[in-house]
Amino acid sequence: MRALNRKLLRDLWKIKTQVLAIAVVVGCGVAILVMALGTRRSLEETQAAYYERYHFAEVFAHVKRAPEYLAERIARIPGVKWAETRVVADVTLDVPGMAEPATGRLVSIPEHRRPALNDILLRRGRAIAPDRPDEVLVDETFAEAHGFRPGDHFFAMINDKKRKLRIVGIALSPEYIYAVGPGALVPDKRRFGVMWIGRAALASAFDLEGAFNDISLSVLPAASKAEIIERLDDLLDPYGNTGAYDRADQVSHAYLSGEMDQLVATARVAPPIFLGVAAFLLHIVVTRLVATERQQIGLLKSFGYGNAAVGWHYLKVVLIVAGLGVVLGFAGGAYLGRLLTQLYADLFRFPFLHYRLSFDVFALAALVTLAAAVLGTINAVWRAARLPPAEAMVPAPPAVYRRTAVERLEPRGLVGQPTRMILRHIVRWPLRAAMTTLGISLGVAILVSTLFFFDAVEHLIQIYFHHGQRQDVTVSFTEPSAERVVHEVGRLPGVLAVEPFRAVAVRLRHGPRSERVAITGLEADAALQRALDARLRPAAIPPDGLVLSTKLAELLAAAPGDVLTVEVLEGRRPLRRIPVAALVEEYIGTPAYMDRQALNRLMREGPVVSGAHLLVDARQDEALYRRLKDTPVVAGVALQTVALRTFRETMAETMNIMMSFYVVFGGLIAMGVMYNSARIALSEHGRELATLRVLGFTRFEALYVLLGELGVLTLLALPLGCLIGYGIAWFFAWSFDTDLFRIPLVIEMSTYGGAVLVVLVAGALSALVVRRRVDRLDLVAVLKTRE
Amino acid sequence: MASAGVSKDRSPNERPRGPQGTASGPDRPERRRAFVARALTKVYGKGEVAVHALRGVDLELFEGELAVLLGPSGSGKSTLVNIMGGLDLPTAGQVFFHDLELTAFDERALTAYRRENVGFVFQFYNLVPSLTARENVALITDIARDPIAPEEALALVGLAERLDHFPAELSGGEQQRVAVARAIAKRPEVLLCDEPTGALDSKTGVLVLEAIERVNRELGTTTAMITHNAAIAEMADRVISLADGRIAGVRENATKSPARALAW
Ligand SMILES: Nc1ncnc2c1ncn2[C@@H]1O[C@H](COP(=O)(O)OP(=O)(O)OP(=O)(O)O)[C@@H](O)[C@H]1O
Ligand SMILES: [Mg+2]
Repeated sequence: MRALNRKLLRDLWKIKTQVLAIAVVVGCGVAILVMALGTRRSLEETQAAYYERYHFAEVFAHVKRAPEYLAERIARIPGVKWAETRVVADVTLDVPGMAEPATGRLVSIPEHRRPALNDILLRRGRAIAPDRPDEVLVDETFAEAHGFRPGDHFFAMINDKKRKLRIVGIALSPEYIYAVGPGALVPDKRRFGVMWIGRAALASAFDLEGAFNDISLSVLPAASKAEIIERLDDLLDPYGNTGAYDRADQVSHAYLSGEMDQLVATARVAPPIFLGVAAFLLHIVVTRLVATERQQIGLLKSFGYGNAAVGWHYLKVVLIVAGLGVVLGFAGGAYLGRLLTQLYADLFRFPFLHYRLSFDVFALAALVTLAAAVLGTINAVWRAARLPPAEAMVPAPPAVYRRTAVERLEPRGLVGQPTRMILRHIVRWPLRAAMTTLGISLGVAILVSTLFFFDAVEHLIQIYFHHGQRQDVTVSFTEPSAERVVHEVGRLPGVLAVEPFRAVAVRLRHGPRSERVAITGLEADAALQRALDARLRPAAIPPDGLVLSTKLAELLAAAPGDVLTVEVLEGRRPLRRIPVAALVEEYIGTPAYMDRQALNRLMREGPVVSGAHLLVDARQDEALYRRLKDTPVVAGVALQTVALRTFRETMAETMNIMMSFYVVFGGLIAMGVMYNSARIALSEHGRELATLRVLGFTRFEALYVLLGELGVLTLLALPLGCLIGYGIAWFFAWSFDTDLFRIPLVIEMSTYGGAVLVVLVAGALSALVVRRRVDRLDLVAVLKTRE
Repeated sequence: MASAGVSKDRSPNERPRGPQGTASGPDRPERRRAFVARALTKVYGKGEVAVHALRGVDLELFEGELAVLLGPSGSGKSTLVNIMGGLDLPTAGQVFFHDLELTAFDERALTAYRRENVGFVFQFYNLVPSLTARENVALITDIARDPIAPEEALALVGLAERLDHFPAELSGGEQQRVAVARAIAKRPEVLLCDEPTGALDSKTGVLVLEAIERVNRELGTTTAMITHNAAIAEMADRVISLADGRIAGVRENATKSPARALAW
């Protein structure tokens, strides 16, 4: 090895802890980049392969009942490649060993061929036999949640009759990668299952022989989906069409895409922060290295080493540290990527999902990192390379200090000399002080914007479950039913209160914009389900007019006072113009509300309802569930407490692990900055500190001078970090804002407090490490040498 | 800021541990001893590479005297003075400062001892670059019990005009005089100077020596000054010569020549 390289390695070894600290910060950035992009890549590729292999449809529509011959006309719409009709129905299930009713989505499959669209993947067992109407395939997650194997059975309430269904196989479908039940927020493995059953059996059970209620299309690559959807709607409208939609609005697909978008947002925010901070740290370390080795540089040059050789020497320092970080980041990123992919494999129902190490993701991460590192340090390296040898051999002139502006105001004697030293160090290198402050504050910001998700979810739960939807159970009826049915439901065991609602599928139009939503008709004195204003107060639903969620208003570009065209998609399909009366703040979906009686009038129907919310006595749950499972009019039962529990569990599963990593990362970045600035301060002021110690200052007093600067900068960084954290949280809330859900921008005081605490602990740890060095300062050695 | 520890007015009632009556210099009972060192050895390193910096030094310094330590490079001068100043501990032997045994002190007590009793002047000034002349002195007066005002201390060394200059704005000699002012501003009992003129030319050096001389005379500070410049020894009360880690001889100057008269 050449002597110069040996020197390089020894120099690095001397500052190994600093090198490691910077490499760790680099590593965090690289790891997040590799994790986010790699996982996204895996999801994307798996999704694409799965969709293609199992012919996931591109356009979907549901109707009440359309004659089968319509399918041919639909298939002839220009641009349509294939049209596949089905019968799909949600039913209440009675699963052995489970008290609560579950919801099953029965999806028909052709008896004598594979489905041409939305094909299924048989994982175990066999396909259904054409002549056995009681045979079903069950989706894998539901089966696993109940320990079902082929041969097992359960009961379903199919069109008023309780039927026994036998499981012959376990299957998966690209249509239900994210299988969320009707009205649910997150998948509930136990309470929602998809099952496939022979078309003839299902059609006869629901009186849909020679007809269909669900159609999916695949389209030719060049075709305009919007046009196809328009034509499809035209054809289906007479048959109770609830509005055709594109794959982008298909629930499973939308959630999956949302998740992938979040990964991209993560990759956009976090790695630049880490790499930027790492570049700054490298800059101060290299600058310091060049300053301490000034005379050595002069010597090297006097020996005949050229500018390029000297520049390359210090660039190698940068590349080694950044390279170490890249290696750490690769390892960490691959690990995190695998972990995250496992979480996704659990959340999403893929036949397989592996984190694939893709070369280009790694190459991109390495390239970006090295570029950031070189860019951050090029100035310092350049100055080293250009140092004229004669000048370099002379020791650098002592730093010129100034009095600080604050001191001019201060009556002499108020501030002690140690404090004065601290203030002057800050003013001497204001840019560095500012960058250090920024670096620490970014640590705080990462923590704030990470912990923010917990606040947001908690707030969401508060709004959705505790303020908006206060019922325990929601029963939806198979048909709009008379109020009499509500009274019957009210007499079921354990029911304390009952509140009916009407839900109607509509298309809202405002100018050129239109949205397909459901209007929920609430009782005038609704106490269980309520629409909430921005301050969480129940908003009064006016006797006329529409109340829109803010997101829906945004999508429609509508404000209170605007008149919307309401196109009802069921019943007699009336068309009316209704003004927007008020807006409410909702984070889930894009709901719209009306007074229930006004909605009945709009529908030109009597006082009918779609379902009822119940407040129940928990002690009588089992009896109530038993009755609900056997009640013919009940199409679905949603259990709010179970939903809340599932929601919390899902959030805990998917968020906790990743968020704890980010918390660690935030602490690491703060610690990297603080440790490095403490070490640089020690290197720069070590001689002064030793002098102070010789003069009789205690270790603590010396440490105060050393760390006081960092302390001041940290104190400045804390509020700044909270502010930046709020900004990042805003960005996350903004970039995760979809039709499906939004993240409330709520940050609790305890979150700021937690972030500040983590950073203070990181600071204390850095101080502790540096303290050991101050304790070991060699006083005598300082006296012997000239700096 | 004064911390508990050693103080000059603390121990009259304590059991006297000082080795009264033992001395290696001319025994003059009327003079009180500030320092007594007995059988001091200092060994750096171990085994083959061990360096014996001090090989059994017995020494006394009297209150108020100006002693010059003279000797070739490597003879152990700095080592000895550092031990007296509480910066270092000997491998064996004892050092007493009045009644206090420095060699029995721990790190904390040594710090307090330095803080309260010792003024240091070093070859390389060791000023704090971020503080002005006045503030460098105030660094000490802020934590001392009965200090001289920084302005006064600086006037004593002839720098009344340069109070608000930063070290970078002062010449080497001026910086060294600030260091002297800083060392004496707390009215230390001892002033220890390790080659205070080592980095200065003769003319500038004399100004620094004048300052030290004045402090010794006017404040009565016991002063030990290291030099390997024999000319400087002329201003001492006593000249202690070291060679190879041992005291080679002690000579008393019948007449001290004033620093002003020195030249080299
Ligand atoms: N930390 C150390 N490690 C090893 N040896 C040391 C150390 N400090 C001093 N020495 C050795 O101890 C001996 C005495 O050193 P000291 O510094 O006391 O000499 P000095 O008389 O002050 O010399 P000079 O006039 O050159 O300053 C020398 O041989 C020196 O090499
Ligand atoms: Mg010496």
